[in-house]
Amino acid sequence: MSDSTAGHRPGDSDLTGSGSAAGLPPDGNASDGEAGAEETGTAPHRVIGTPPPAQARTLLGTGPAADAGGDGAVAPRELPADPPDLASAKRAERVVVACFIVAMLAGFGFIAAYLIFSVHSVTNVLHSNLALGSTMAIAFLALAVGATIWVRRLMPDVELTEQRKPLRSSPEDRAAFAQTFEEGADASQFTKRPLVRRTLIAATVPVALAPIVLLRDMGPLPGKSLDRTVWRKGLRLLNYGANTPIRPSDFSSPGGMITVVPDGYQDDFDALAKAAVIIIKFGPGQIVYGTKPYPVPGAVVPNWSVNNIVAYSKICTHVGCPAALYEQTTHHILCPCHQSTFDAARGAKVIFGPATRPLPQLPMTTDAEGYLVAQSDFTEPVGPSFWERG
Amino acid sequence: MSIDRALSGTGSWLDDRFRGAKGFRTFFRKIFPDHWTFLLGEIALYTFIILLLTGTFLALWFKPSMTEIVYHGSYLKFDNMRMSEAYASTLNISFDVRGGLLIRQIHHWAADLFVAAILAHMLRIFFTGAYRKPREINWLIGIVLFTLSLLEGLFGYSLPDDLLSGAGLRITQGVLQSIPVVGTYLSFFLFGGQYPGQYIIPRMYILHVLLIPGLFMALIGAHLFIMFHQKHTQMPGKGRTSQNVVGAPMYPYFMAKTGAFFFFTFAVVSLAATFAQINPIWIYGPYNPLAISSGSQPDFYMGFLEGSLRIMPAWQWVVFGHTFAFNVFIPALLPLGLIMTGAALWPFIEQWITGDKREHHVNDRPRNSPTRTALGMGAVSFYGVLWLEGANDVLAQHLDVPLYTITRIAQVAVFAVPILAYIITKRICLGLQRKDLHLLEHGVETGVIRQLPSGEFVEDTRPLDEEARAKLARPEPLALTPGDASDPVPPPGMRRSVGRVKVRLNKVLHESVPVNGHGTDGHGAAPDGEHAPAAISAASGTADEDAPGTDDH
Repeated sequence: MSDSTAGHRPGDSDLTGSGSAAGLPPDGNASDGEAGAEETGTAPHRVIGTPPPAQARTLLGTGPAADAGGDGAVAPRELPADPPDLASAKRAERVVVACFIVAMLAGFGFIAAYLIFSVHSVTNVLHSNLALGSTMAIAFLALAVGATIWVRRLMPDVELTEQRKPLRSSPEDRAAFAQTFEEGADASQFTKRPLVRRTLIAATVPVALAPIVLLRDMGPLPGKSLDRTVWRKGLRLLNYGANTPIRPSDFSSPGGMITVVPDGYQDDFDALAKAAVIIIKFGPGQIVYGTKPYPVPGAVVPNWSVNNIVAYSKICTHVGCPAALYEQTTHHILCPCHQSTFDAARGAKVIFGPATRPLPQLPMTTDAEGYLVAQSDFTEPVGPSFWERG
Repeated sequence: MSIDRALSGTGSWLDDRFRGAKGFRTFFRKIFPDHWTFLLGEIALYTFIILLLTGTFLALWFKPSMTEIVYHGSYLKFDNMRMSEAYASTLNISFDVRGGLLIRQIHHWAADLFVAAILAHMLRIFFTGAYRKPREINWLIGIVLFTLSLLEGLFGYSLPDDLLSGAGLRITQGVLQSIPVVGTYLSFFLFGGQYPGQYIIPRMYILHVLLIPGLFMALIGAHLFIMFHQKHTQMPGKGRTSQNVVGAPMYPYFMAKTGAFFFFTFAVVSLAATFAQINPIWIYGPYNPLAISSGSQPDFYMGFLEGSLRIMPAWQWVVFGHTFAFNVFIPALLPLGLIMTGAALWPFIEQWITGDKREHHVNDRPRNSPTRTALGMGAVSFYGVLWLEGANDVLAQHLDVPLYTITRIAQVAVFAVPILAYIITKRICLGLQRKDLHLLEHGVETGVIRQLPSGEFVEDTRPLDEEARAKLARPEPLALTPGDASDPVPPPGMRRSVGRVKVRLNKVLHESVPVNGHGTDGHGAAPDGEHAPAAISAASGTADEDAPGTDDH
C-alpha cells in the first residue's frame, strides 16, 4: 500500500462522525422508512478524501425513476472516480489488458485444441487432456490475475465504514409483532378450539408415516439370508479365473494360496460376495489341530481339510473386504483394508486387528473324480457381524 | 457514455417494475471486510459451483447402472471384459469424450478441495469465535453442510463402480450391517437386498445428483442469506468495533475481487486436473468382490473414519443371541459423532459457561481465547491421528516401521496427542499473549542502543502505531459470569453445585495472561483481566501523539 492510498482511509474523526450517515440498512424493505429518513435528512459525513468535481454516475441516470424519487439531487461522491497515481494506473492498465488478451487467446486455444486433438486411445487422451487443461487453466489464471490487478491497481483504494444496528428489533416492533401474532391466532380459532387442534395434530402422524411406509419395498427383509451361502454338499471348488476344478494333487506346493469359487457361480457377484473362499496348502504337520470342537478359536477340525489343504472364507469377518494377502512363512492371512490378521495354521484365529472372529472354514472333501468339493455350506455365517448373528 | 445510457435505461426499466433503487443501492454499498481467512468459505462456494457445472457435464454420459455388459471400447486392455455399465460409461467419458477426462478430473479435484475448504473454513470460524451470538444458526447450518459433503463425496466416488471405490462401498455396507438392532435392515433397504445387488449405484446416483445437491443449494442459500443479513464479522483493527463493518463496498470492489477469486479457484483446480492424475479408474479395474489391493485409501476426507476402524481393538459381545459389534460401529460412529456433536453444542456450552449473551461482530484472535484454541487443536489432533492411521500401511511402507507398531502407537496417540496438543496450544497462546502485552507496554525494539549517564546501556523502543495497537489489544473484558470461587458470598445461581462447576469452567475458559503484565502464569487471572483492557486502551490513547519517531539520539 502506498502512502497515497492511506489518504482515502477514514480517520478517527470520520468514524465517530459517520455514525448517523453511514447506516446502510441491512435490508432495504424491512427498514424502509428509517433508511429513507437517513438518506434525505443528514449530510453525508462519509466523504472519502476530497471529492473530485466530476459528476457522480448513477445507474438511474436522469430518467423518470430519478424524477419520481423527488428532488433528483445527487449526493456527493463516496468513492473517488480515479486512483491517485494516474501514471501508475496507466501501467497497470496495460498489464490488465495483456492478461485479458492472454485469456482470450487461451480461450481460442481451448477451442482449437478441442478440434485438433482426437481421443479414443490412451495416448491421444493424454495429449488432449494436456492441451485442453493447460489452455483452460491459462485462460482462468489470466482472467484472475487481470481482474486482481484491476482491483488493486486501477480502482482507487477505499475503506468505508458501515454502521450496524443491533439485530434485536425495537420494543415497539416486537410488541406490534406479538400483537399481530396473537390476533392471528385468535382469528384462526386455533387456540380456542382444542378439538380442531388435536385432530389436526393426530392427522399429521399417519400422513407423515405414509411416505416412510412407502419405502418398505426398497429391499427384502434380511430373514436368514445372511446365515447361508451358495455352498452345498458336493459343489466343486473352481480355481477362480481359470474356472477349472481342482484335484488335491494339482495343488501340491506347500505355502500356496488360491482363490476358489463355487462351481456355477463364478460370475455371480451376489453369490461370490459371501461364498468366495481361499484354499491354502500346508506342509505335513504344519496345521495345528485343536482338541476342542470347532468353532473354538485356535482349532481346526481335522476331517475338514484334505491333504493338508484348508479352505477359509475369503470375506473378512470385520467389514467384509476380501482377506487376500497371504504370507507363507508365517501362515498369516492379512486383510488389506484394516489389517485384521488371521493365523491360517490355527483355524484362522485373529492374531491382530479389529476383526473379532476367525475366518469360517469350509468343510471339504473330494468327489468320485478326485476333485475338491464342499461337504456342506459353512457351519456359521460368513463376513461381518450383524445383530441377528448371535 | 453509451454504456451509461444503456445501464440507466435498463436500470429505469427494472426500477419501474420493482422499485428496486434503494434496495439495490444498499446491496451495492454493502461493506465487505477483508481478511485472507474470509476466502476459505469462498473457495467452498466456488468449488461447489464448479462441481455443479462439471457434474452436469458428466451426467450427460454417465450411466448409473449395474447391468453387466462386455466392454468393447477405446481402452483396449479391457476389451471383452465383463463390467457394469457404470464402469464402462466412466471409461467412455475418460477415453471417448473429448475433454471428458479433464472434466472428470476437475470434478474430483474440486470435490476434494470443496471438503478441504469447508474444513478450513469451519476451523477459521471456530478459532476466531465467529460462531458466537448472533451466528449460532449459521454455525449449525455449516456443520450440516460439512456432514452432507462427506456423504456426497462418498457417494460420488463410489459411482464409477471401480475396484477401489467398491472396497469403500463394501466397508460402508459392513459398517451399516454392524449397527445394533436396525443395521441389517438398513443395509438390506439401501442395497435392495444382499450386497452388492443391482440397486446401490442408481440409488446413490439420484442422491448424489439431486437430493443432496438440492439440500446443499437450500442450505448454502440460507447460509449466505443469514451472513448477508447479519453482516460480516471482522478481525480486530483500528476503528473496527462491534457496531460497524469496515471494508470495501460490494460494487465494484468485492464483485471484482470475488470474480477474480472464482477464476483463481477454477484455475488451480484445472491445473491440478491437467497435471495431477486423480482417480484413474482404468488402473484399478472394474469392481469385483473377490479382489482388492493393499494401499487402498479412500479420498482424504474419509481417511479419519478408515483410521478409526483400523485402531479399534477387537471387541464384541454376544448377548442373548444378538451381536454387539463394538469393533465396527463404535469407531464408525463415535469419532464423527463426538466431533460433530461437540462442534454443534460448543457455542451453547460456551455461552452457558460465560453467561455471555452479547452480540459479537469482532472476531477473536485465537491466542486471545487460549482454552477455546486449545480445545480446537485437541480436536484437530484427534482427527489428525485417526487420519494418519487411515494410511498406516502407506506409512509403514515409507517409514519402514512395522505395520502393527504404527497401529499400536496410534492406539495410544489418539488419546495422548489431543491432551498434549491441548496443553501445548494453551502454553503457546499464553506465550503469544505475553509477547503482545510486551509490545503494547514497551513498544517495538528499534535496535538502537543508548548509554545512560549512569553508564547503563538500554535499547530504545518505539511505541506501536495505532493500527497495530488496535490489533494487539485484547478487545473486550472476558469474564462475564459473576462470582468466583474466592468470593465469600457468591451471587444466587452460583451457589449450588452446578453454579460451582460453572464458575470453575469459566475460570478455565478465561485463562489468560493478566493484562497488567505482572502476573507470570495465567492461572486465576480472570479477575484482573476484567479491568485491564481499559488500562490498555487508555494507554493507547495517550501514546498516539508520540507514535512516530521516539528514537531520539
